[in-house]
Amino acid sequence: MARPAVHPSSADTTERNPGGVRWRTVDIVVTAVLGVAFGVVFWAWNLVGEAASTPLDFFPPIKGLLNGVYLMPGVVAGLLVRKPGAAVFASTLAAAVSLLLGSPYGGIIVVYGLVQGLGGELGFLLTRYRSFGWGTAILAAVTAGLSTATLDITLYYAEVAFGLNVAYAVFTVLSSVLLAGVVGLLLVRALARTGALSSFAAGRQRV
Amino acid sequence: MVMVLGPVADVPLSRINPVAQLTAIGIVTVVLLTSLDIVTPAIVLAAELCLLPAAGLTDLRDLWRRTWPLLLGAASVGVVNVLLASDADPVTGAGLALRVIGLALPGVLLVASTDPVRLADALTIHWGVSTRFAYGALAALRLAPLLVAEFEAVRLARRTRGVEAGRNPVARVRLLAGVGFTLLVGAVRRGSRLATAMDARGFDSGITRTNARGSLLHPRDTWFVLATGAVCAVAVTVSVLTGYWSPVFIG
Amino acid sequence: MGRDRPSGEGGASGTVAGGPSRIVARGLGVRHASRRAWALADVDLTVEPGERVLLTGASGAGKSTLLAALAGILDPEAAEQAGQLTVDGVAPHAARGRLGMLAQDPDSQLVMTRAGDDVAFGLENAGLPADEIWPRVDEALAAVGFGYGRERPTQALSGGEKQRLVLAGALARRPGLLLLDEPTAQLDPAGADVVRAAVARATADRRATVVVVDHDAGPWLPLVDRVVELLPGGLVEQPPGWRPARRTAGLELLPGADGPVLLTADAAGFTYPGTATPALRPTGAALQGGRALAVTGPNGSGKSTLALLLAGLRSPTTGRVEAAGELAAGVRGGHRAPIRWRAGELVTRIGTVFQHPEQQFLTGRLRDELALGPLRSGTGDAAARATAEELLERLGLTAFADANPYTLSGGQQRRLSVATVLATSPRVLVLDEPTFGQDAATWREVVTLLAEQRARGCAVVTVTHDRDLVEVLADAELAL
Repeated sequence: MARPAVHPSSADTTERNPGGVRWRTVDIVVTAVLGVAFGVVFWAWNLVGEAASTPLDFFPPIKGLLNGVYLMPGVVAGLLVRKPGAAVFASTLAAAVSLLLGSPYGGIIVVYGLVQGLGGELGFLLTRYRSFGWGTAILAAVTAGLSTATLDITLYYAEVAFGLNVAYAVFTVLSSVLLAGVVGLLLVRALARTGALSSFAAGRQRV
Repeated sequence: MVMVLGPVADVPLSRINPVAQLTAIGIVTVVLLTSLDIVTPAIVLAAELCLLPAAGLTDLRDLWRRTWPLLLGAASVGVVNVLLASDADPVTGAGLALRVIGLALPGVLLVASTDPVRLADALTIHWGVSTRFAYGALAALRLAPLLVAEFEAVRLARRTRGVEAGRNPVARVRLLAGVGFTLLVGAVRRGSRLATAMDARGFDSGITRTNARGSLLHPRDTWFVLATGAVCAVAVTVSVLTGYWSPVFIG
Repeated sequence: MGRDRPSGEGGASGTVAGGPSRIVARGLGVRHASRRAWALADVDLTVEPGERVLLTGASGAGKSTLLAALAGILDPEAAEQAGQLTVDGVAPHAARGRLGMLAQDPDSQLVMTRAGDDVAFGLENAGLPADEIWPRVDEALAAVGFGYGRERPTQALSGGEKQRLVLAGALARRPGLLLLDEPTAQLDPAGADVVRAAVARATADRRATVVVVDHDAGPWLPLVDRVVELLPGGLVEQPPGWRPARRTAGLELLPGADGPVLLTADAAGFTYPGTATPALRPTGAALQGGRALAVTGPNGSGKSTLALLLAGLRSPTTGRVEAAGELAAGVRGGHRAPIRWRAGELVTRIGTVFQHPEQQFLTGRLRDELALGPLRSGTGDAAARATAEELLERLGLTAFADANPYTLSGGQQRRLSVATVLATSPRVLVLDEPTFGQDAATWREVVTLLAEQRARGCAVVTVTHDRDLVEVLADAELAL
């Protein structure tokens, strides 16, 4: 077979390295698209959450179960784009978009988005952005869940008894593992099967 | 749904540079997050309410549409803390509820007065935020109204395939998730094409980007930040003098 | 190891002054990583500076691949390249600073929320000082004939106007090469005219070489100097005066025969909640078995809304849509209005094909996609599978039985979406722009398929702008 005489375009050497740090435009835009899409989901979930949390008032820590949705963009973006910072970028943007659409939490939600993204990022950092299978997905979901539970307890439930707060953290992490970790990875794999991720390593190989 | 993703109407508060507004929000956030009393958030909140007309939020119905989930959330936080506190105290509960509103309202003000493009301009020019990330996010933001518009079509499309949820809540959630997935596939594809289009206009050229609109800081921006600081100082002072002050990290 | 690449875009300002580009391809071949066959082989093509060339050919002939190669956006990991391709003597990726592009979907090309900001976007990227940007923006807006001013929110523009704006954004950078990739494929005829007029106006000065890629060659012929066609054997230069074969030529369709009226709309109108003007003014229609009805009219006349009412997807806010007893037979509760039918009952009676096929896909495999309707309407598993296999065979999609529907080409997706509807053998077919953006081969297939259903006794309703479709298929036309 003939050797290619023309070296095709956009042949950034860093692209060949899955952990490459350089962000291509498509990485940025698709991460941002995830952020925006989940921002719309947040907006809807905020409304559902208000309604759903009222019957849960008998045992408030169980409300931690509602938190998993907020941890999805960070973990999903990390698994999909596989670049350092993807989780933080998507998560923060999702929060900012839900603010644009009208958020019950106001500007503070952006801080939440940032912290939750950093939490997810920690999971990917611990696996050094090298593997993006079940282990990493669950780990990132756990670290993301812990981050938001810690923030919630510090900011809002400082007066609440310690045991209840531990229960709250456990429920949050459970929900994060289920939604951000398990559903998140399944989502990325389902997206890959549609061919929509052909520009990404996540869309080219089966993990 | 409050769809404020396009250009925003010009209101007096729009004349304050977005980074000055963000700085002010930062000050308010730090002060309120560290206060657990009722006096501090009450005073800060009163000041915030005074800014509503400047953000064009004078129509009560519009205001309610933008803030009702926030007000519900605040009420819930107040009740939970009173019910579950080791020493139940309604004043602490009310204080925490006011704090939630005080934290959230600046975001409402910012959104009502600030165009996303101007925000990106200000962030990149004054705070050195990466232009590629800021404008990449802005480009993706344009897709949100399209997603909302497509939602209904995709939902109806399920019925044409013999799929509907009826009254079964589990089936409803599954249906909604399916619709969401279809929308996400479309959005990711569109995002990839958008990236190609942006690169075709030199977005990834490595040349230092200029900004056609610019973003100026005026003395009024400094005054706005100083005034915010002053309000917070007054709030904390009054709180200390009245004996209510209860910072979060002390005692 | 790649050769040395220029670090910037080929000049300090990024938008290099300079004449129109020259394209030379010698023995060019491209093969996608996942495929054994070359998508493009032995292409020889020279385009002289300032020339306007139309590159045409059927779907799947490799037009998009050639365009991607010209634009320098072929992903080296996903595509292997042979032979030689240069733009102004360098590899296309090195000439990207001198490239302007206009693709199909306006919404995936606009970046900013205001018209002027969007045109300025490409100039900011080129590092132009702010005071030089706005005159260039105004010049580009004037060149394409955009009449709404800089402050116009892009969201409020029609598809054609959006494309016009994207073109202005490309021209503002003063490209040497302008690539137009089926820029009218997603527009109605009026929008397509707007875009072609803007292209004609903006490229009259020949400051850029223009390559138009479109399977629908006819409308571009007055605008271009020459036509090259990608055929299975390679690239063919068409002689001056060449005209594409009409897609209706030699098409023999099965005739229909008068059957009973199956569905009627009686002064049916629709107004969206919270809006004052009706989306559809009260309209009457009777759908007769064995007959095809075409619903036509300008954008905003409510064509698609009427389709939703007839399809049992929305309830008319005035008037009624009612099925004849024959069609409604067996519906639980005996409801006559399709909107009251359960989804499983609907799919065996009224089949609907949306304008965007991908909105209707529900499963991860073609096989499952085709079996889904029958399963949902209560057909047994074995029978549903058999129906699916038969349809795959008939539509020539058997090779893709296990593929994900989203990975199909546009034409294949269109055929699949029609097939999913046929799987449940409905007596009424409602189709929104079924031939939209399709090449001649898919067009003929879809039209033939619809005529077959008509001959079977189905009532076929097509909402369309496509005059050819109306001419060859419609027994009656309802102009809104």
